[in-house]
Amino acid sequence: MRIPYYPGCTLKTTAKNFEDSAIAALKVLNVELVELKRWNCCGTVYSLASDDLMHKLAPVRNLIRVREEDGSKVLTLCSMCYNTLKQANLFFREDKEASEKMNEFMYRERDYEGDVEVLHILGFLRDEIGFDQIAKKVKRKLAGLKVAPYYGCLLLRPGEAAIDDPENPSVFEDLFESLGVQTVDFPYRNECCGAYQTVDQVDLVAERTRKMINLARSIGANILATSCPLCQFNLETRQKDVKGKWTDFEEMPVVYFTQILGAALGVGREDLGFELNLFNPSELIYGE
Amino acid sequence: MQELIDKVAELSGQNLYGCYQCGKCSGGCPSVWQMDILPNEVIRLVQTKRVDDALNSKTIWICASCFTCTVRCPRGIDLAKIMEALRQIHLRRNVDHIDIKKVAQGEINELPPIALVGNFRKQTA
Amino acid sequence: MENRIGVFVCHCGINIATTVDVKAVVAAIKDYPGVVHAEDYIYMCSDPGQGMIQERIRKKSLNGVVVASCSPTLHEVTFRNTVARVGINPYRCEIANIREHCSWVHSDRAEATVKAIKIVKTVIEKVKLNEELTPIAIPITKRALVIGGGIAGIQAALDTANAGYEVILVEKQPSIGGHMIQLSETFPTLDCSQCILTPKMVEVGHHPQIRLYTYSEVEEVSGYVGNFKVRIRKKKRWVDFDKCIGCGICMEKCPVEVPSEFEEGLAKRKAIYIPFPQAVPAKPVIDAAHCLWFQTGKCRICEKLCPTGAIDYEQQEEIIEEEVGAIVVATGYDLYGMENIGEYGGGRYQDVINGLQFERLLSASGPTQGVVRRPSDGKVPKRVAFISCVGSRDPELHKPYCSKVCCMYLTKHAMLYKHRVPDGEAIVFYIDIRSDGKGYEEFVQRAQEEDHVTYIRGKVSKIYENNGELVIMAADTLSGKPLEVSCDLVVLGMAIVPSPGVEELIRKLKIQVDTNGFLTEAHPKLRPVETLTPGIFLAGCGQAPRDIPDTVAQASGAASKALEMFGQEQLHHDPAVATVNEDICSGCGLCVPLCPYEAREIEVIKGKRIAVVNEVLCEGCGSCVAACPSGAAQQRNLQDSQLFRMSEAVTIK
Repeated sequence: MRIPYYPGCTLKTTAKNFEDSAIAALKVLNVELVELKRWNCCGTVYSLASDDLMHKLAPVRNLIRVREEDGSKVLTLCSMCYNTLKQANLFFREDKEASEKMNEFMYRERDYEGDVEVLHILGFLRDEIGFDQIAKKVKRKLAGLKVAPYYGCLLLRPGEAAIDDPENPSVFEDLFESLGVQTVDFPYRNECCGAYQTVDQVDLVAERTRKMINLARSIGANILATSCPLCQFNLETRQKDVKGKWTDFEEMPVVYFTQILGAALGVGREDLGFELNLFNPSELIYGE
Repeated sequence: MQELIDKVAELSGQNLYGCYQCGKCSGGCPSVWQMDILPNEVIRLVQTKRVDDALNSKTIWICASCFTCTVRCPRGIDLAKIMEALRQIHLRRNVDHIDIKKVAQGEINELPPIALVGNFRKQTA
Repeated sequence: MENRIGVFVCHCGINIATTVDVKAVVAAIKDYPGVVHAEDYIYMCSDPGQGMIQERIRKKSLNGVVVASCSPTLHEVTFRNTVARVGINPYRCEIANIREHCSWVHSDRAEATVKAIKIVKTVIEKVKLNEELTPIAIPITKRALVIGGGIAGIQAALDTANAGYEVILVEKQPSIGGHMIQLSETFPTLDCSQCILTPKMVEVGHHPQIRLYTYSEVEEVSGYVGNFKVRIRKKKRWVDFDKCIGCGICMEKCPVEVPSEFEEGLAKRKAIYIPFPQAVPAKPVIDAAHCLWFQTGKCRICEKLCPTGAIDYEQQEEIIEEEVGAIVVATGYDLYGMENIGEYGGGRYQDVINGLQFERLLSASGPTQGVVRRPSDGKVPKRVAFISCVGSRDPELHKPYCSKVCCMYLTKHAMLYKHRVPDGEAIVFYIDIRSDGKGYEEFVQRAQEEDHVTYIRGKVSKIYENNGELVIMAADTLSGKPLEVSCDLVVLGMAIVPSPGVEELIRKLKIQVDTNGFLTEAHPKLRPVETLTPGIFLAGCGQAPRDIPDTVAQASGAASKALEMFGQEQLHHDPAVATVNEDICSGCGLCVPLCPYEAREIEVIKGKRIAVVNEVLCEGCGSCVAACPSGAAQQRNLQDSQLFRMSEAVTIK
C-alpha cells in the first residue's frame, strides 16, 4: 500500500529518528510512505481566534498539495502536524463563508473543497492495517519493556480532532498489546507536557517532566513512548534540567512508539535512529 | 469595557455567561500550579467587567492550549479559545509578550522547530 | 336558535394585557354578528371574573360564551363549569387562546392585538355552530394496577387498598422494596431504611386487598380509563411458591456464586437466591443464566435437598389477565453508569464507587456489617472524598438536570462515615449545596459543625489511581487555589436516570417521557401526578429525581387520584369525538391504522363496510377526519362547516 505522507519540519530535523523508524516499521507492514513533492510548515499551532483565517492558510495549502497529487488521504506522524491539519480541514469543511474567502485569497492555487482525509499513523495502523494483522508480523519479543504510553494532548483534544476517547483512550495500549509489549496504566498519559512553553519557561516544563517520569517509574514503567516530537523533547531532554536540580532523580528513556514497533517487527537497531535519543534505549529494547 | 467583553466573546466565539464557575477547568489544568489566577477566574473577571485584570494575568500566557478544560466543561465552553482571545487582544496592540532575542539562546539548535514556531506564534504580535 | 354570544377578554394580569390591547379587542368584537356582549377583566378565572360571566349570561340571556384567555388545557374546564352552573350547555363555551398563541409569543403590541382579534373571531364562529352535547358515560372497574414495588409503588398500593379497593402490584425484581431498601439510614432524621420500610413491605405482602406479582412484568395494556385490560407475565422462577416454605437450604448448598445486585456487586449471592433476608416474598428464584443445571446440565442439588419438592425445572411462564380501572406507574430510577465518566476512571478503579454502593458499606446488613471497608483490600479508609454532580447539571456531556438528592445523601454519607471512623477525614466536593427540604439545611450545618465534614467548592476534574491511593485533581474555587488530594475511597454522586425498560413500558401504556426519559405529567404545576392518558397516574423517581418524603407524598397523591375515580359511579368522557356519516362512508379503512387510540374499526352493517368509532377510546385528535377522502368522518363541534366559517372569519373581508 502506498499512502501520501506529510512529514513536517521537525521530522526532518530533531525528530529524524521518528521518521526513519516509522518508514522502516511501515515497510515491514507493506506500507510505503509517499512524501508530498512540495509541502510547507503546517502552522504548528492551530489558530483559535474566530477571525484569524491567515494562519489557517498554511495547513490548507498542504492539503491542496495532496489534491494536486490526486491524493484523498494524507498520513502524518507528528501529533502537532496531525492536529493542525485536521482542525484546519474541519474548519474548512464547516465554515463555507470562510473557506470561500480562503480559496479566493489563494487565487493562484486550485480551489480546495475540504475533501482530503487527514490521518495520524496510530489511527491508520488501527483502522486500516489492523492490530491483529500487526500481531501476525511480530518477530521479536520485547520482554524487558514496561511502557508508559504517552498520548499528550493533540491526538485526543479537542474532541472533534480526537483519534480516540479523550479521557479513556486505548489505541496505544492496544497496539503494544498486539506487539506483546507490556504497558502500565499511566494516569498522566493524556496530560499536557507544557508544549512550546519549553522555550521560555524551562522550569515549568522541567517540573512537569519530573512529575511524569517519577509517576511512571513508581508504577513500574521503564520507558515512555510517544508520537509527538515536542512531547519527546520535553519529557526526555528536559530530564537534564530536572537532574540539575534534583540529583537523586532517576532518568528514563523516552522514545517514539515507532521505534518499539520497528524493533518488535524485526527491524535492525541501526535503522531505528536510536543515536538521536538522549538516553539510548536500544539495550533496553533489544534486551542486551 | 463592554467593547472589550464583546471582543472576547467575538474572538472566542463563546458564550461567557454560560459559565457557572464549577472550577472543573481549573481542577484539571496541568499548568494551574504556575498560574496567578485560576482559569475559571479568568472567565469570572470577564463576566464581571474586569477584563483588564484578566489581560494582566499570568494565567493567559501559561495556558498552552492543551484543551483539557475544553473537553471537560459541563457547559460546553471552550476556555482554550477564551484564553486565545485574551492573548490576541494583547498581541493585536502590537506588543510582544516575550523578547525573541532573549529566549533560548543556548538551546536554539537543540529545540524542535515546532517548539520555537509554536512559542512565537502564541506570544508575539 | 338565534346566537346570543358573550365574549369575555381576560388580561391575565400583565401576561396578556402588556402585549395585547384588551380594550381594543373588546371594541372590535362588541358589534360582531352574533355577539350581544363583550367585556374585559383582569383575572377572568377568579371568583369575581366567573361571577361576572354568570351575571351577564342571566341578564343578557346569552346562549354561547367565548372566553379569550389562556390555553384551553388550563381553564377550559373551569369556564365550562362556570357556564354550566347557570344553565348553559358547557359545550357552548369555548376558549380563545390569546396568551400562549399570542401575547407570550409576540412583542409588537399593535400586531399582537390584530392577531388576538382574529383568534377571537374564529372562536366566535365556532361557537355559533357548536351543538349542545352530553358527556359519554363509561363504567369503571374499581381496581388499580401499580407498576413498580419501590417505596412509591408500595405507598400508592397501600393507600388504595386501605381505602377498600383491590390493588394489583407488579414488580420485576424478585422482591419489593426498590432502591430504598438498599439504603442504610435516611436523611435528615437518620431513620434506618429497613426499620421504616420493611413493615410496609410486610403489610403489602399480607394485605387482603393487594395481589402481589413479583418477578413479573406488564406485557400488554389495552382498553381505556376505567376499563383497562392488562396482561402480566410471571417470569419462570423455577420454584413452586405454593410448596416452598422459605427454609433456605437450597441457597445454602447452591455451589454457584455471582455478584449480588442488591449488594451492588460488593458481595455474592447464589444462583438460587432471595435478594436479601427481609425480602417480600421471602421465597427464592433460580437465576437460570448462572445456574449449573441450566448452563451445563449438571447439579440439581437444590432439588435434591428441598424438603417440600418445590424446585420445578419444568416450570413455564405464566400469563395473567387482569381488569383494572386505574394504573399508577412507579418505575423508579437507576444510577447513571460510572463508565460514562472517563476522567474519573470510567469504572476502572475498584475504590471509586457510587452512592448506592456506599449505602451498602454503611448498612448493618451489608457486606461489611456496617464497617466502612474499601472494596479493593478491605482497608478502613482514612480519607474519603464524596463528589456531587457527577453527570448531573452537565448539559454538554451528560444530563442537564439537577438530580436533587445527591447533595443530601452525600452529606449523610460523610456524616455517617465520620460516626463510623471518627479519626477519618470526609471531604465533600460540591458546586452548590441544595438543601431545600424540611430540616435539610440544618442537617448540612450539623455535618459541618459537629462532624467537621470539609466542604470544598469545586467540581473534581480527574481521579487517578497511584499505588493504592486515589488522587483527586480539583480546585477550591473559594480560595482560588488548585488542589491535589490523595484519598483511600471516593464516592460518586451519580446522576439519577430513569429505570431501564421504561421506554418499552410507555409504548404499552401510551404515555410519554421527556427528553431525559422521565415520565411526563399532564401539567407541571396543576396536574403533577396525572398523565395525559386518562386513568394513568405517576409516582416517584420515574417522573423526576426526588427524595423519599416527596415520593411518598406524590404516591399518596396518585392513589387519591385513583380513589377520586373509584368514588364515582361512572366516568364521563368528552363527547367532542369523531363521528361517521354512514351514508357517505365507503369503508375504505384508511382511518383504521391512522388512529393512535385504536378507536377505529371496520364493521359490516347491513352488508356494507362502515368505519365505526369507539367513542370511549376516541380522544378527538382529528387524524381520521383529516384523512377521510369522502368527508364521512367528522368531529363533533369541529365540523368541516365550522372550520370553513372559522377560516372565512379571518381571511375574507
